[in-house]
Amino acid sequence: MKNTHKKTAWLAAGLTVSALLASCATAPSAQQVDEATRQVLQNSFREQGIAKLDRLKLDASNQACSEAAGVALDDKLAKSIESANLQTVKLPSDGKFVGSWSEGEKIAQNGRGLTWSDKPGEANGGSCYNCHQISKAELSFGSIGPSLYNYGKLRGVSDPAAEASKPIVEYTWGKLWNAKAYNACSDMPRFGHAGILSEQQIRDVMALLLDPQSPVNK
Amino acid sequence: MKLSLLGLAALAVLPLSAAAQKSTAEGIAEYRAMLADGNPAELYEAKGEALWKQARGPKNASLEKCDLGKGPGVVKGAFVELPRFFADTQRVQDLESRLLSCMEQLQGFDAAEIAKTNFGVGEQKTIESLVAYISGESRGMSFNLPQAHAKEKLMYEVGKKVFYLRGGPYDFSCASCHGEDNKRVRLQDLPNLTKQPSASLGFGAWPAYRVSSGDLWSMQRRLNDCYRQQRFPFPGYASDATIALGVYMGVNSKGGASTAPALKR
Repeated sequence: MKNTHKKTAWLAAGLTVSALLASCATAPSAQQVDEATRQVLQNSFREQGIAKLDRLKLDASNQACSEAAGVALDDKLAKSIESANLQTVKLPSDGKFVGSWSEGEKIAQNGRGLTWSDKPGEANGGSCYNCHQISKAELSFGSIGPSLYNYGKLRGVSDPAAEASKPIVEYTWGKLWNAKAYNACSDMPRFGHAGILSEQQIRDVMALLLDPQSPVNK
Repeated sequence: MKLSLLGLAALAVLPLSAAAQKSTAEGIAEYRAMLADGNPAELYEAKGEALWKQARGPKNASLEKCDLGKGPGVVKGAFVELPRFFADTQRVQDLESRLLSCMEQLQGFDAAEIAKTNFGVGEQKTIESLVAYISGESRGMSFNLPQAHAKEKLMYEVGKKVFYLRGGPYDFSCASCHGEDNKRVRLQDLPNLTKQPSASLGFGAWPAYRVSSGDLWSMQRRLNDCYRQQRFPFPGYASDATIALGVYMGVNSKGGASTAPALKR
């Protein structure tokens, strides 16, 4: 009995080795690919203007979502990434969540900022229309994200300051601050967490989405 | 993002109906078809053919002995098999890195110097015309990149890693825009570069004459501007990351037709 087991084990080991050799001839191992990728990245990029090489240092979220290569993460990993990102969300220092929708519209239209051809210290845009439908008037909108037309209205927000609006107001702030708090591998930038938009700019985008007077909710 | 002149022209001739989104894209396609009869890329193709045959550089030699993968001097069909492994350099090379090798070996140019030169000036201008000519010689042919060599296989896998690499302040990867079907940035359709038939529609159109910039853009220049908008650091010209991406997109385009040098907004 013992001998048979031993024999099977040896046979299995032999098969594994030949499978490995065969796979060397057909496809590189994951380890080879990782090492080659590390070298390729190191040799291929240089800093330019404000775009420094630290932009290639991935945090845990980007590491996991890069490795997933478009496949959904397992639930446990997704949840842990989301909870770590949720902890970064800073609610507005003065408790004021909603600014000016007309300023928010300008930020949503503006797709500039943080490329190597942008100057340091300039205010960035939110690039919102690149990916989302927002107001009905703007026909040039992207489709990477869902439509945000009637965002507040559809969620029953008639007064963003009302107690009843609090959950959706806080969620929306959190989503703008760090989208990965709610969807680990969201395509959306982490506007607050990554310092793309200021607190005031986020208030203004909040108004565009939630103010009943905003064209989004008309 | 500003609307290009072409986008405005297309919008101006279209009714702003509920179907404006799709019909704008269709309008742009029609406008392209109209212009395709006189794609300015043809001027670059003609210039590129002359430059290929002209004795130039410190060694006063032409590129007619350059091996683009199908033997010295064979241009037809070379483009749809690139990037591929080259035994003399022991590297997987795309069209532009291969041209650098040939310009250095045959003509005596300094490849590193050309790689450092800005797009659209000096010998980079020469390369614009050469890539238009060389890609044009494979127009209508199907992509069929070799994947027999271990380094070709490795570069495909590295290219896939690079394609899905999320980084920079916006957490963008190539896949953020080019990993799914039927997506747009503003009104610009985004090809899904991970599979057919969309991969060859995107990959197979470059180099292209770009109406908005009034210039012919090589694949290297296209990738460079993608990385700028991705908020990444600067990819070196003909660097291995860009070549690996070329292998990934090219292999994914297998069987699809090359339309380069195409016309873009």
